[in-house]
Amino acid sequence: MTAPATQKVTREGGPRSLRSLLLSTEVDTRLLGMIAALAIIWIGFDIMSGGLFLTPRNLWNLSVQSSSIAIMATGMVLIIVSRNIDLSVGSLLGLLGYTMAMVQVMWFPSTPGTWLIALVVGIALGALIGGFQGVIIAYGRVPAFIVTLGGFLVWRGLIFEYAQGQTLGPMDSTFQLIGGGPLGSLGQWPSWAVGAAACVGIVYSLINSRRKRRGYGFPLRPVWAEVTLGVLGCLAVLGAVFVSNSYLWPDSLAHNYAVAHNIVEPAGGLQIPTGIANPVVIMIAVALVITFIATRRRFGRYVFAIGGNPDAAELGGINVRRTIVSTYVVMGVLVAISAAVQTARLNAAVTNLGVQNELDVIAAAVIGGTSFAGGVGTIPGAILGAVVMQSLRSGMVLLKVDSPVQDIVVGCVLVAAVGLDAFLRRRSGS
Amino acid sequence: MTAPEGPPLVEMRDINIAFGGVHAVENVSIDVRAGEVIGLVGGNGAGKSTLMRALSGAHPADSGQILIEGKPVTIANPREAKVFGIETIYQTLALADNVDAAANMFLGRELTTRLGSLDDGAMESATRKVMHRLNPHFRNFKVPVKSLSGGQRQGVAIARAVHFNARILIMDEPTAALGPAETAQVRDLIRQLKAEGIGIFLVSHDIHDVFDLADRISVMYHGRIVGTVQKDKVTTDEVLAMIIMGKKPGEVTTEELAQLHA
Repeated sequence: MTAPATQKVTREGGPRSLRSLLLSTEVDTRLLGMIAALAIIWIGFDIMSGGLFLTPRNLWNLSVQSSSIAIMATGMVLIIVSRNIDLSVGSLLGLLGYTMAMVQVMWFPSTPGTWLIALVVGIALGALIGGFQGVIIAYGRVPAFIVTLGGFLVWRGLIFEYAQGQTLGPMDSTFQLIGGGPLGSLGQWPSWAVGAAACVGIVYSLINSRRKRRGYGFPLRPVWAEVTLGVLGCLAVLGAVFVSNSYLWPDSLAHNYAVAHNIVEPAGGLQIPTGIANPVVIMIAVALVITFIATRRRFGRYVFAIGGNPDAAELGGINVRRTIVSTYVVMGVLVAISAAVQTARLNAAVTNLGVQNELDVIAAAVIGGTSFAGGVGTIPGAILGAVVMQSLRSGMVLLKVDSPVQDIVVGCVLVAAVGLDAFLRRRSGS
Repeated sequence: MTAPEGPPLVEMRDINIAFGGVHAVENVSIDVRAGEVIGLVGGNGAGKSTLMRALSGAHPADSGQILIEGKPVTIANPREAKVFGIETIYQTLALADNVDAAANMFLGRELTTRLGSLDDGAMESATRKVMHRLNPHFRNFKVPVKSLSGGQRQGVAIARAVHFNARILIMDEPTAALGPAETAQVRDLIRQLKAEGIGIFLVSHDIHDVFDLADRISVMYHGRIVGTVQKDKVTTDEVLAMIIMGKKPGEVTTEELAQLHA
């Protein structure tokens, strides 16, 4: 019963390999691998497109396009971790988007706060439908694949029944802000404020966790590792803010704004930084909440335990079925939020809203390290997975690759990424 | 032997459990007193584990009564069993392989802060204390339990059972996966828990384990209790005859006993 004392390697001043350096920072190495892969993808596309990829405009668009998939991917992690699946999210997104459009266009078109009514109705319906599917899975003992495959057909079918192929629009002007665009963004100074708050949060959480570990007398990370993590984290946040602020409002919009506000335009037009887009803000908020739930609350612990060993979870006294239903309720709520983002961005609800989204969402979670065997997955990984997926698509659009070829590439990347991951895991013996 | 006084700590009366048409457990009665170890033995499929699963709430009995200190109780699920101080170490260990020792030890009974968040620090601290008692060399608190050795995993499963002040402990083949040194450790632990006044059901097919640790031995054969005997009044051969032939010490002939060694 001896244990390898990995934590001592660096402190005894032994040879500092890159591996032991990484170990002492206790950073998730597969997350680092994904960041490296993303960097390669970005730089590769930038070179191939002649410098079109790494521009503020493209990166800003990429962030907006990734958010709606990333929002849902966080919930999909919980579902796949607990050994289930949800194939219905794309169709459900369509149905919820349509419902929210109905609220604004047909049911309460000129009521003040119609955007809020739409959101509340959409989220409530999402939770209800998610919970309904969850109950059939957990209490009815019908496999999740079957139930959500049914949902995939039913919810999409309902849209066509309901909408008769019509496009519904336009959305309420406040509702539109959810979708991003120059108006639906934070603007320069609020973006910096959010960035600064994030930096404070990073530093605080590092200090707080160190203080707690010291209080219990647990082994601590070396100070240089803490400082490196803090500095890199803050630089990444501030860099992202800088890029989003470097994307300026389009000239015509800036001109209209100047005219409307009686601002004298300087030569070359008024330069208004766009800042972080609202969908990205929503995505970050969702990611924080779901990460908190997944790692700091009983519910999250139970989701992972169920994925690791459902029998052990049951014998440990966990209410497995109720936990499963809850994962689907969370998923339904997240689908509703994504539906709001997508309909607001399109400024309309169309019948093919959310088509194929289930595949993108599942792919994002899986590329992000979520295992279909259950019990393994992270929220940041899934978000990175969504960004990787969207980067591939967006990069290929820049390179004018045809849509079918895009699908072929994304499909190959998905299989290759998971295959590589399985290979590396086997080799590291974990 | 200490003289039994008052009602037993746990008594299971006329327990029946059937799977489809198969009677896995038929009219079984068994009991344990505080500070006593009951060895529950029998061949494969004799119904030992099924009987114990009824007590631990994993699979409630179809009929029969469970009494704790003389009072009838119902145990519908593992949570209710734990409320009565019944802790179980399952043969399969019932560990969630993907989370660490502390998460497993507190599975279903997590410590939380005032705001209801997981108090991982407090849980890890408590786990370090308990594990130190069981296995002073254990260091791997931060890794998923799947990367631990068989003995260490067993240690986590045992730590979970003893940490919550169990009054009744069910140990299903606790030494099956262990080497000699670890087996000796577990035996010492069982003696220690017995001295603390815990009633222990020790399910085992290792007759030596049982003779070493048990006060009384209950033998199951095809879902029924053949008999419950005082350990110091029987020989291992007589218990073997009960296990293999389902015959009580008085019923078995000397030829049959001789055949056991043939």
